[in-house]
Amino acid sequence: MTTGAATAPGGVRDAGFVSDNENYLKNSSGVLSWMFTLDHKRIGIMYLVGILTSFLGGGLLAMVIRYHLMAPGGATTISNDAYNQLFTLHGAIMVFLFIIPSIPAALGNFLVPVMLGAKDVAFPRLNLSSFYLWVGGAIFFVGALLMNGLDTGWTFYTPYSTSTDTSVVMATFGAFILGFSSIFTGLNFIVTINTMRPPGMTWFRMPLFLWATYATSIIQVLATPVLGITLLLLIAENVMHIGIFDPEFNGDPVTYQHFFWFYSHPAVYIMILPAFGIISELISVHSHKGIFGYRFIAYSSIALALLSFLVWGHHMFTSGMSSVTVVIFSALTFTVSVPSAIKVFNWVATMYKGAISLTTPMCYALAFLFLFTIGGLTGLFLGTISTDLHLHDTYFVVAHFHYVMMGGTVVSFVGGLFHWWPKMTGKMFNEAGGRISALIVFVGFNLTFLPQFLLGNQGMPRRYATYDPEFQWLHQLSSIGAFTLGIGLLVAGLVLLHSLYAGRQAPANPWGGATLEWHCTSPPPFYNFKHAPVVGDPYEFANVHYDEATDNYVFTELPRTLVPEEPVKTPTPAGGQS
Amino acid sequence: MANTALQADPSHDDAGHHDDHEHHENLAHHFDTYEQQFDAGKLGIWVFLVTEVLFFGGLFCAYALYRNLRPDVFAGSSEFLNTKLGAINTGVLLFSSLTMAWGVRCAQLRQHKMLAGMLAATLSCAAIFLGVKAIEYSHKWSMGLLPAGLYTYDPANPHPAGGPNYLLWICAPFAIGLLFVVGWLIIAKIKKDEFKVRVLMPLTVVFACFFVGVQLGTILESGGEGEHAAGDDHHVVAGADGHAEHGDDHAEGRADEHLEDLDQPNNLAIEKADLAGLEVLAQDQSNPGARDTLEALKRQEAVASGSVLQGDQRPVESPTEKRVTATPKQAGVFFSIYYCMTGVHAIHILAGMGVMIWLLVRATRAEFNENYFGPIDYVGLYWHLVDLIWIYLFPLLYLIGK
Ligand SMILES: [Cu+2]
Repeated sequence: MTTGAATAPGGVRDAGFVSDNENYLKNSSGVLSWMFTLDHKRIGIMYLVGILTSFLGGGLLAMVIRYHLMAPGGATTISNDAYNQLFTLHGAIMVFLFIIPSIPAALGNFLVPVMLGAKDVAFPRLNLSSFYLWVGGAIFFVGALLMNGLDTGWTFYTPYSTSTDTSVVMATFGAFILGFSSIFTGLNFIVTINTMRPPGMTWFRMPLFLWATYATSIIQVLATPVLGITLLLLIAENVMHIGIFDPEFNGDPVTYQHFFWFYSHPAVYIMILPAFGIISELISVHSHKGIFGYRFIAYSSIALALLSFLVWGHHMFTSGMSSVTVVIFSALTFTVSVPSAIKVFNWVATMYKGAISLTTPMCYALAFLFLFTIGGLTGLFLGTISTDLHLHDTYFVVAHFHYVMMGGTVVSFVGGLFHWWPKMTGKMFNEAGGRISALIVFVGFNLTFLPQFLLGNQGMPRRYATYDPEFQWLHQLSSIGAFTLGIGLLVAGLVLLHSLYAGRQAPANPWGGATLEWHCTSPPPFYNFKHAPVVGDPYEFANVHYDEATDNYVFTELPRTLVPEEPVKTPTPAGGQS
Repeated sequence: MANTALQADPSHDDAGHHDDHEHHENLAHHFDTYEQQFDAGKLGIWVFLVTEVLFFGGLFCAYALYRNLRPDVFAGSSEFLNTKLGAINTGVLLFSSLTMAWGVRCAQLRQHKMLAGMLAATLSCAAIFLGVKAIEYSHKWSMGLLPAGLYTYDPANPHPAGGPNYLLWICAPFAIGLLFVVGWLIIAKIKKDEFKVRVLMPLTVVFACFFVGVQLGTILESGGEGEHAAGDDHHVVAGADGHAEHGDDHAEGRADEHLEDLDQPNNLAIEKADLAGLEVLAQDQSNPGARDTLEALKRQEAVASGSVLQGDQRPVESPTEKRVTATPKQAGVFFSIYYCMTGVHAIHILAGMGVMIWLLVRATRAEFNENYFGPIDYVGLYWHLVDLIWIYLFPLLYLIGK
């Protein structure tokens, strides 16, 4: 902003480059300057490192699982009990340590204040403490792994979780702590977005990523406390047998399922809503065209957040609920597809007649559209009672939620990471490498999970360490796909790491975005903006122009006006009507 | 937690971004005005309170479910709770809400000494509350009125001899705290550290108030001797144990009676006519749904009447089965929920006390004024919520059997 700002003639404005002593990555150094930082950007980076480590761990477990499933009797010497622990840890790590905090806590922390033109989130210390809560929860999880392992599945269903002698208490306590981390992040974002928007940024001039984050935060704040009390009761059940969930003491295991899914269905939207936000940004920016149906996308995020609280029973169609309840939950489940479909329609309409650049982020966004659509449509089979009875607890379910969680959230997370990487690190990555990774991920992903739909439909139950020989070829196909997928993600990681050492200096606006983060330097100075920036339409690309000399996009003229001008009141002559 | 952002961020103080506005004390660097800062904090604490309500919501939900399933267990077990102690604690908490609200007013008017006094009064009330609770808990533990799995209450011998002195264990941390504060106070007096004295004096009172609560609880728990002497024909346990100092024996007698009623099959809300209809439907081989429903209903009825617990339908084989048959009464589930609800509530009281001690230190430093009183306000809101939850807990747990 101040330092090194290149002011080209003709009213062209460019943020230029940041000086070392203002660069948030370099303005102070040493381990302590990171550990005790209150800067939301550094906290975001620390989260990013943490969750990517978890992702690596959970991913390696998945590779072991898929390798084991190469042969009907198990291709490794892993015992069936150990297999139970493997898939449990894979699920628990991926859900609690990776996906839930991935986009909101890592990318959100970095982006929310910058997109708002604010200096920081509303409660910086709460933000740091939420990171350390995450670390604490992760330690408990790893501790459970090192002690007796965990073999309940990530859902901790009773009565098994109250009778197994693995480290259920420790792992659930870890999840309890992680819940608070999630609540604090959500609370912080709600307050930040409500009270710290700059002058001129009305609710409907917010970037859609902020809308998605806001909707996510609402769920985090409303649903996570229920998980907290559920896990606390589960711990109490294990420690002193309170007889609420444990049938041995006259408790009701189905009550546990209700409690658990009351959180965990909305948690699915904690995972996917921020991904929607990323895709809205990616598709619009890389098509260089304003988003189609802004208000519909914004409202549909909120609608999804609210509807997500009404459908938890669809996880329990076979648990023995009354048939009336089952029908109601099934009907409500279908309503969720309406706002989801609105979004997909609007994204496709945004690309229509756009000037699409097939950059790496855009490749991931396109992969997302394809994969998420499959994930969403197969959800309809599971929401339908009659088909769910056939497909419940089979690989069909596994494939469905991987299409949504992995094909949806993870793919958009990686796409978003590529998109904002230049902003976060100030380095450009290798485009070709990035595109290749997107291609491998896309192919590998479909190869992994399409066969699983077939497996499930043919009756292969989930969570089994062994299977009938007739399923072998599909399982092998799936495993080969999984290794391909792993390689694709590895390539993506290497491309990003390589950029840190060999990437060229990133310009302020490499993609031609119009939201506020592209108005400050790459990487931003530690104070983000010296003065509250001038705000306009976040999806107005008319004044964003490509500058070939610097391979950068610049804002021509004075890019943004303040608040939509109010009609100027002409002074009424004296004696006129008052 | 809402206060995290309210002090200027020290790590950024060397930065040059303060030059566009003059430095305000207690205005965090990322806020433009005191008003914005206050609004952010206020919204933050309200959102936090929403999460608290949902957190307790899970417990209230469990309460509703099990009370609905076993109304007699709840009504009967509730007799074990001493209404007087509950009422005293309700009054104490209500009064503490008054002093807390008054404290907010004091902060706005810069009445620093008065504010410290109000915080100390609130803290003392909280300590009295916990003292009374300590009496309630320890008494119930020694009687074996514990959560389902640990429940060992025996109507024939309600006050078993031996067992640990629970009251001592609960009081120990507070006694250590009191000694610590008094010791520190003496040192501060000797060193003539005026500030520390002004903080530690009220804290001494606060810790002492815990024992006031314990004393109060003891008196009320052993009160009502006359009522006992007046004769209670149905007293199942009278004379068997010689625990005449416990006035609530009367209530215990009634509770035992209630629980004995439970051995009668409990009529669930299943209409007999419906059952008959279902039985006809279930005869039909092609109607497994009706059969399942019927079985589930019968099972529910069995659970509700307690015959499953007695374990008489199944041979005793595994050690867990033995444990089930050893569980004497269903009252355990009431006490499970009682301990979960009041325990989580007590943890909130403790957390509130911790934050208020921090506020007391800051109030003694005269940090609050009409521009900056957010922390007092936010903690006040939190305290009112904790109070409010108790106002629901009291009737739901203590008064339902009366
Ligand atoms: Cu769901």
